[in-house]
Amino acid sequence: MTDFLVDRIDSILFSSWQHFSLVVQCLLLAAVAAVVLATLVYRSPTLSALVNGISAIGLTIPAFALIGLLIAPLGFGVGPAVIVVAFFAALPILRNAVVGLTGIDQSLVEAARGIGMGRVRTLVRIELPLAWPVILTGIRVSAQMVMGIAAITAYALGPGLGGLIFSGLSRLGGANSFESVATGVVCVILLALVLDLLLVGLGRLTTPRGIRV
Amino acid sequence: MSETTLPSPAAAAAPPITGASILLDTVTKRYPGQGKPAVNGLTLEIPAGKIVMFVGPSGCGKTTTLKMINRLIEPTEGRIVLDGDDVTRIDGDALRRRIGYVIQAGGLFPHMSVAANIAIVPKMLGWSKERIAARVDELLELVSLDPDRYRDRFPRELSGGQQQRVGVARALAADPPVLLMDEPFGAVDPITRQRLQDELLNIQSELQKTIVCVTHDFDEAVKLGDWIAIFNEGAQLVQYDTPERILAEPANEFVENFIGSGAGLKQLTLTRVDEVEVADAVVARPGDLATDVLSRMDAVGHNHSVIVDARNRPLQWLSRRQLGRLERVGAARDPRLPVVGNRATLNDALDTMLVSSVGAALVTGPRDTFRGVIDVDTVMDAIGRAHRHARTAHAQGRPVGVNTGTLEAVQASGAPGVPAAGLAGPERTGE
Ligand SMILES: Nc1ncnc2c1ncn2[C@@H]1O[C@H](COP(=O)(O)OP(=O)(O)OP(=O)(O)O)[C@@H](O)[C@H]1O
Ligand SMILES: [Mg+2]
Repeated sequence: MTDFLVDRIDSILFSSWQHFSLVVQCLLLAAVAAVVLATLVYRSPTLSALVNGISAIGLTIPAFALIGLLIAPLGFGVGPAVIVVAFFAALPILRNAVVGLTGIDQSLVEAARGIGMGRVRTLVRIELPLAWPVILTGIRVSAQMVMGIAAITAYALGPGLGGLIFSGLSRLGGANSFESVATGVVCVILLALVLDLLLVGLGRLTTPRGIRV
Repeated sequence: MSETTLPSPAAAAAPPITGASILLDTVTKRYPGQGKPAVNGLTLEIPAGKIVMFVGPSGCGKTTTLKMINRLIEPTEGRIVLDGDDVTRIDGDALRRRIGYVIQAGGLFPHMSVAANIAIVPKMLGWSKERIAARVDELLELVSLDPDRYRDRFPRELSGGQQQRVGVARALAADPPVLLMDEPFGAVDPITRQRLQDELLNIQSELQKTIVCVTHDFDEAVKLGDWIAIFNEGAQLVQYDTPERILAEPANEFVENFIGSGAGLKQLTLTRVDEVEVADAVVARPGDLATDVLSRMDAVGHNHSVIVDARNRPLQWLSRRQLGRLERVGAARDPRLPVVGNRATLNDALDTMLVSSVGAALVTGPRDTFRGVIDVDTVMDAIGRAHRHARTAHAQGRPVGVNTGTLEAVQASGAPGVPAAGLAGPERTGE
């Protein structure tokens, strides 16, 4: 095991970094897309319910199947990897953003409008800050989930730690195959922990003191 | 905008009216999917610098009417006129920045500090940082909160009453001529509510805004209102008059029911002790000979004597019998002395005298100095006089308030000079 690690430390670190960077970038993309979509639908109960349904159903699609489906139009490589990871990352964030925005005390929105804040200003200055802790929780859930999904995208030859796991699994019983799988899995778990800590820190920094629990 | 032309409130002894008049001109609101309009052809004049209270049963359209003034709810038909300007078509957000708005429990934004909450409107109006900071402190002082202590707190670090005060401060931030309040004191306990009401009256006597306030509580309407508008279903204006006249001359049975029992007692809250005549008393000081005091009492036919200290503050209230047992008057202070202040309502005074053994109360003025004695007869007189006055008073300067197409409401509250009594129309409640 030690030999395996010492021999490949560079490539393991590189894969880890790739994996991490893929997840963070997809998360960012997903968060922006999900929040924008949520702000477009949250005022309509019908649309909100629809979006919640879609995100619930979407989460039941096996990641593997989606990748398989995307390989045909997009081919192998980073493209399908990014799309799949971002798609799954967006679902919990979308749901939480809608829940967070619709859960705001309507009297506060009324107060904002009543003192002359426009729709956009009310959204940006009042509603989004108040919904932010809920949205951030969605981002954390999402981050944990897509760490694993990003590993699966290695199937489509995307970047990251999935390569270690899948090459090990395909040679199971062969030399270093177990070490390869174990290293991949442990690294994914470690990265997930690190990212969660970073997100908790982000929450501390960005949640206004008045609504911190 | 409005803040440029306003004279400083401290400038004159009699503060200038900074409020603006409001006119709802045959305003109708139909909510989509509802047969009956929530507000039906309402014409209502709200005089500048006055407090107008909206009362009426739940769902009668008070909130809808209030929110049409700042166009938080857009009227389906009719015009809103503010200080002579038709504001029905202008930009709603700009209009609302010129109109203060207070909701139940304050409606403070929990993620912003007290100062940030108050600063919102001035910021939107583009005030400089220094001006905003100074204004925040000034407003906190106005609502009796120490700026240094409360400026940087968050709403959840305040009591309900304090939140409500900050809500009022926020609404007054840009010195708007009009203040709209929707059940502002509905969410606080009775004692805090009373304090906040008194404070609002103090602020109003200083600022002279035009205040429109919705309430569920008729007593609150009597206490705060210069004018009270009583609505029924569909914002039908049943009576629009001064508290005195509504209590003395309810337009019909609906209003009577709304006033509830004890209209006479409610009138007591309208009169303050310093507005009635108090009786003289035989005044003595510690160290006086009891026999001297007794002979002075004989001379005027009084049965009691008030003992005051060197600063003229009442110490004891002695009967003939108590004096008969003494040689000289003592200097002790009786802790159970029935005392009411000058500014207390007759209601408070009556309460105090009913629990006192004498059946009367001592009235004190500034610095607790003794002014005289008030008894039940004085109060009864005052009620009778107020009642007669309200009946005969030619409701001068009464603002207009009618619903088009409903003759009853027009008769009940409209045309000045037409006595409203005896017009209990066909629309009786509870039959
Ligand atoms: N947004 C809305 N959509 C549809 N109908 C509404 C809406 N708001 C109020 N209404 C209806 O309009 C009528 C008047 O409502 P409003 O809120 O003005 O009453 P209110 O006098 O303020 O009552 P309360 O004392 O209970 O606050 C009610 O019948 C209510 O159901
Ligand atoms: Mg209401």
